[in-house]
Amino acid sequence: MSSLAEGTYLPEGLTQPAPMRDGMDAPYWEGTHEHELRVQRCADCGTHQWGPDWVCHACQSLNVEWVTVEPTARIYSWQRVHHPVHPALADHGPYIVVLVELPHADNLRMLGNLLGDLMADIVIGSDVEAVFEDHDNGNPPYTLVHWQATRS
Amino acid sequence: MSASGADRGLRGRTAVAGVGETTYYKRGQSTDPEFVLVVKAILAACEDAGINPREIDGFCSYSNDRNAPARLANALGLEELRYSNMQWGGGGGGAAAVVQNAASAVHAGSANVVVAYRGLAQGQFGRFGQGGRRPAVRGEFAYTLPYGVMSPAQMYAMRTTRLMWEHGIDRSTMRAVALAAYHHAQNNPRAVMYGRPLDAETYDSSRWITEPFRLYDCCLENDGGAAMIVTSAERAADLSDTPVLVLAAQQSGGHRSGAWVHNPTDYATSSFKLGAQHLYEQAGVTPDDVDVVQSYENFTGAVVMSLIEHGLCTYENANEVLTFENLRADGGSIPLNTSGGNLAECYMHGLGMQIEAVRQVRGDSTNQVPNVNVSLSNAGPMVEIASTAIYGTAEVLG
Ligand SMILES: [Zn+2]
Repeated sequence: MSSLAEGTYLPEGLTQPAPMRDGMDAPYWEGTHEHELRVQRCADCGTHQWGPDWVCHACQSLNVEWVTVEPTARIYSWQRVHHPVHPALADHGPYIVVLVELPHADNLRMLGNLLGDLMADIVIGSDVEAVFEDHDNGNPPYTLVHWQATRS
Repeated sequence: MSASGADRGLRGRTAVAGVGETTYYKRGQSTDPEFVLVVKAILAACEDAGINPREIDGFCSYSNDRNAPARLANALGLEELRYSNMQWGGGGGGAAAVVQNAASAVHAGSANVVVAYRGLAQGQFGRFGQGGRRPAVRGEFAYTLPYGVMSPAQMYAMRTTRLMWEHGIDRSTMRAVALAAYHHAQNNPRAVMYGRPLDAETYDSSRWITEPFRLYDCCLENDGGAAMIVTSAERAADLSDTPVLVLAAQQSGGHRSGAWVHNPTDYATSSFKLGAQHLYEQAGVTPDDVDVVQSYENFTGAVVMSLIEHGLCTYENANEVLTFENLRADGGSIPLNTSGGNLAECYMHGLGMQIEAVRQVRGDSTNQVPNVNVSLSNAGPMVEIASTAIYGTAEVLG
């Protein structure tokens, strides 16, 4: 786990994330801001759940809790975007998006950018770790979660 | 009684009595407002059916179509509006579901003449591929948009990456899907890409949109309107000697197929694995009986998934079977997307591909396959609720 030394992976100007107005996923965003990766786990049956919801999909319990998990994962799929569609990315080169799975949390999947060499071969199944990217000038400030190859 | 309820099903109970579409325009180039496009498509479908528009008593659409039934009923001067229905879900997953919904309403006696329709004028209402411009994004998009994942291509590319990785699907297989669509569009004067052929070299050298999609792997964006008239099989038989029966129509979603942030239990899927079983059982046919296929191309990789999940080839033989030669209407073993489809005819959110499936049964396609009795058309692969319809002749009922 680490933080970006300087700058952000994608340029400023993309729409910023915010919690649902009913507060359902607020603990996730509070967690990232504290550089912790939080997901849902059912207090009744123990199933990890992502994306978040009010109900456990495995047992229909409403007793769903938030837990902090180890911010490590492995690459499940990827894309290298060459044709951005947002004005903030108009002059930006390619960027990499990865879908990762968390083996220690029922293989739930999370999406982020893959830091490192833009044109590298990306290997499905390889180990990655979370990198928290603070956006202190957000309104309010927020933190994104990227991924980078695990340093052995 | 069968578990799926096929014995209470739609098989042969209803028919598509008429189809209609407007001129298909490049995105933003329609000179008509979107509402007018829809009205023109409905009137064209009524004329095609030989039905007075005032006989319409029901409307079905999808993907939050902006042209509501009450306004259409007012505009057309309908005496009575008995049925209106909106299929939830984004994308084109509802293009065959509207046929299911319309046919169900007619079969149930809720209405007699139901129109399934879709209008798109992106120049007036904004484009699909352009992402959000709001100050803050909440819900599922909060987990994707800040990472540069906002267009449909960006949302669905990683399913195709995973398909290629899990099953060894070749890029040449995806290319064959694109080449077949463009090949067929060259015979279809309605097609936006009519007169603009595509060859393998051009496909291979086209720019990346997002790996693994090149430009020609991605659907068009267009303006236009399309409509289909669904009525009872009895009424359709009065209108035509060769009515096009709805043999089956089915929505399809799997376990957590709508789970946020790419968390469906089964990821590299077109969402058709479960629905296809019900579909064939309802229609009383097997994949071997299918004479011609319209398989919705949002992206070519999704077509490969869809054909496999409809039992038309397998993961193991897809690379050998899905070749340009095999996908052609002129002599191929699996004639595919015979109007040009979403890649080369028009992106009418898939309703144009339902219309083409009907034309293949009638025998008046611009790329007619000989002796069609069973014609399949699916919609919206990879979205959380996809759908498929099978159309056929009375001969299939035996
Ligand atoms: Zn539970």
